[in-house]
Amino acid sequence: MFDTGLWREIFQSINKNRTRSVLSGFTVAFAILLFTILFGLANGLNNTFSEAFVDDAANAVFIRSGRTTKAHKGLQAGRRIQFKNQDYDYIKTDFEPSIEFITSRIYRNVVASYKNEKSNYSVRAVHPDHQYLEKTKVTQGRYINQRDMDMRNKSIVIGDLVRQDLFLKEDPVGKYVNLSGIAYQVVGAYKDDGGDNEERIIYMPLTTAQQIYGNNDFVDQINLTYDPKMNYDQAIDFGVDLEKKLKKRFTVAKNDQRAIRVFNMAMQNKGINQMTSVLGILILIIGMGTLIAGIVGISNIMIFIVKERTKEIGIRKALGASPRAIVSIILIESVVVTTTAGYVGLLAGVGILEWASPSLKTYFITDPSVSRSLVIAATLTLIAAGALAGYIPAKKASNIKPIVALRDD
Amino acid sequence: MIYFFEQNCNNIYCVSSYRCHKKNKKSMLKIQKLHKSYPIGDSSLHVLKGIDLFVEKGEMVAIMGSSGSGKSTLLNIIGMLDEADEGKYILDEVPIKNLTEKKAAVYRNKFLGFIFQSFNLINYKNALENVALPLYYQGLKRKKRQEIAKFHLQKVGLLDWATHLPSELSGGQKQRVAIARALASNPKLLLADEPTGALDTTTSYDIMAFLQQLNNEGKTILIVTHEKDIAAMCKRIVRLKDGVIMEDNFVKQVKATVDV
Repeated sequence: MFDTGLWREIFQSINKNRTRSVLSGFTVAFAILLFTILFGLANGLNNTFSEAFVDDAANAVFIRSGRTTKAHKGLQAGRRIQFKNQDYDYIKTDFEPSIEFITSRIYRNVVASYKNEKSNYSVRAVHPDHQYLEKTKVTQGRYINQRDMDMRNKSIVIGDLVRQDLFLKEDPVGKYVNLSGIAYQVVGAYKDDGGDNEERIIYMPLTTAQQIYGNNDFVDQINLTYDPKMNYDQAIDFGVDLEKKLKKRFTVAKNDQRAIRVFNMAMQNKGINQMTSVLGILILIIGMGTLIAGIVGISNIMIFIVKERTKEIGIRKALGASPRAIVSIILIESVVVTTTAGYVGLLAGVGILEWASPSLKTYFITDPSVSRSLVIAATLTLIAAGALAGYIPAKKASNIKPIVALRDD
Repeated sequence: MIYFFEQNCNNIYCVSSYRCHKKNKKSMLKIQKLHKSYPIGDSSLHVLKGIDLFVEKGEMVAIMGSSGSGKSTLLNIIGMLDEADEGKYILDEVPIKNLTEKKAAVYRNKFLGFIFQSFNLINYKNALENVALPLYYQGLKRKKRQEIAKFHLQKVGLLDWATHLPSELSGGQKQRVAIARALASNPKLLLADEPTGALDTTTSYDIMAFLQQLNNEGKTILIVTHEKDIAAMCKRIVRLKDGVIMEDNFVKQVKATVDV
C-alpha cells in the first residue's frame, strides 16, 4: 500500500489521463456540492423556524381573562372575569408538579422621565419568575427579586431601549426615574431577543404595582411554563385541564371562548415540530437521492474507465502484472480521485453556503450550514461506492486473458 | 492422415534427438501433443490439433502459416497469454501447467519477452518508462529500473528518445522501444507476433537485423509471420496449416541487410 512505485504509477496515470480524472472527479464533487447545499438550505429553514420562537420560553402557557359571552348557572353574559392573587396561588399550588415557573402580570402605561429625557413606556408588574418565562437577559444590575416583592420596593428593571432613551450613556443602576409622578430606583437593565418592543418595557414588582395603582390584589394575566419534561401531548392535556378547572372556579360555561383564555405554546410547537420533522424527512430523501445519483455516476465512470484501460491492463499483464497489482492500481486511483473531488465539493458547498447566507435571509433561510461529520459521511459513502463500483470491473478486467485484452485494437 | 502425422512427429523427434546428442545444446521449449479449441456458439473450433515442437537454446524460429492456421494461438499458448486444452508444455525445463493467474504473471515476467505487431506501448508513458515497466513488476528499485531501462534503450539506439511519448515516435522506433521492453527483464525466450506487420520493408529489415543480432548474442527467438522474406531471415521455419505442423525445416539464414 505504501509502496512509492505504486503511488508513482497512480499519480502518473491520474496526471496523464486528465480528462478522465477530472470527469470522474467532477461527478463526485458535484454530488457532494449538491448534497451540502441542499442540507444547508434545509438546516437554514429549520433555523428560521426555531428562531421565530426564541422570544418566549417554548413551553409557555398564557392565561388571560375577559367578559363572559354566555349566561351560565344563573349568571348573566357580559360579566367581567378578574384574576386575583388567590387565583395565582390556586394555580401554583393545585398544578404544582406540572409547573416550572409562574408569574402574574399587571399592565400599566407610564410617562417616565430622568433629568431632561421624557417618554411613554409600558410597565409590566411581575413576579421574579417572569425573567425565565420571557427569557430576559439582565445586562446590568439585577432582576426583580422576592425581597422587592415582600417589601413592595419601588424598584424597576428597564429595557435596553429605555436605558438608551433616558440615560444615554449614563449607568442607570441606582438612579431614580420618575414614573408618572412617583420615583422608582433602577436596579437593573436587560436585553430581550424578542425585538425592540420587548426592550421598551419597564418591569416592577407585582406587589408594588398592586399597592400603588389601585390598592387591590388584581392581576391582568397569569403566565407560566409547564414542566419541560412533559411531552407535547401531556402538555396539551395539562393546558386543557387547567382551562377546565379555571372555568369551573369562575363559574364560566365550558364553551365560553372569551371569559378565560388559555394559550398553550405546546399546541403551536406540536404543529411546528411536525412540520420540521416532515421537512427533515424530505431533506433526507433529497439528500439520499443526490447521493444515489452520485453513486450511479461514479459507477458508470468506473466501468467506462476499466473498459478504456482494458488494453493497458492486457499489456501490463503480458509484462508480468499480477491480477492483484491490476486491481489495486485501478482501485487506488479511483479512491484518490473520489476523495480529492469529494473534499473539493465539500469546500465549494460550504463556501457557497457561506457566501449566499446573507442574501438568503429574505427567503426564510437563516444561517444555512451543514455538520462536517454529515458531509464527511456522505463523501465516505461515495468513496466506498466508487471503490466497489471500480472493484467489480477491475476484478473482471484483471481476470481477462491478456490475449483478449490485447486483441481489440 | 494418421501416417502423415506420425511421420511428422518422428521427423521432429529425430531432429531433436540428433541435436540433443550435442551435449551442451539445451532444450528451451518442449511442446507435445498440444490441443486447443475455441467455443463458437454451441460447437467448437479445433484450432491446434496436436502440435509437437522442440526448440533449443539460441534458435531463431519462424512460425508460418496462413491466417486461421493456428500460428498466433500457438504463440499465445507459448507466451502463457492463453492456455492449452491438453498437451505438454515445458519451458526451459519448467513444466507449464495448471497456471494460476499469479503464477502465469510471474512466469511471463521472468521467462518471456513479448513483441507485438501493434507495439502495445502504454501511450501515456514515455519510452524509458515503458521499458522500465516489466522491471517494476519484478519489484526492482526505481533507480535500478531506470538504469537497466536506459541500458536497453541504448542497445536499441533510442537513448536520445528516452523521454518521448510513443505518439512522438515512428513505427520503427516504437517497435524498437517494444523490443527494449521485451529485453528489459532478460527473458529466456523472445516471442514476436508479426513484429514487422505494421512496418514498411526498410524498417522491417531494420528490425529483423536487430533481432538477428540479438539471436547471435544467444537469445532464443520465436517469430510468427506470414511474410516469406521475414521467415527466411530466421534459422528454422515451421509451417502450420489447419492446426498441424506441415513442415519443419532448418534453412540457410538470409542476413537482413539494411539497404539504402
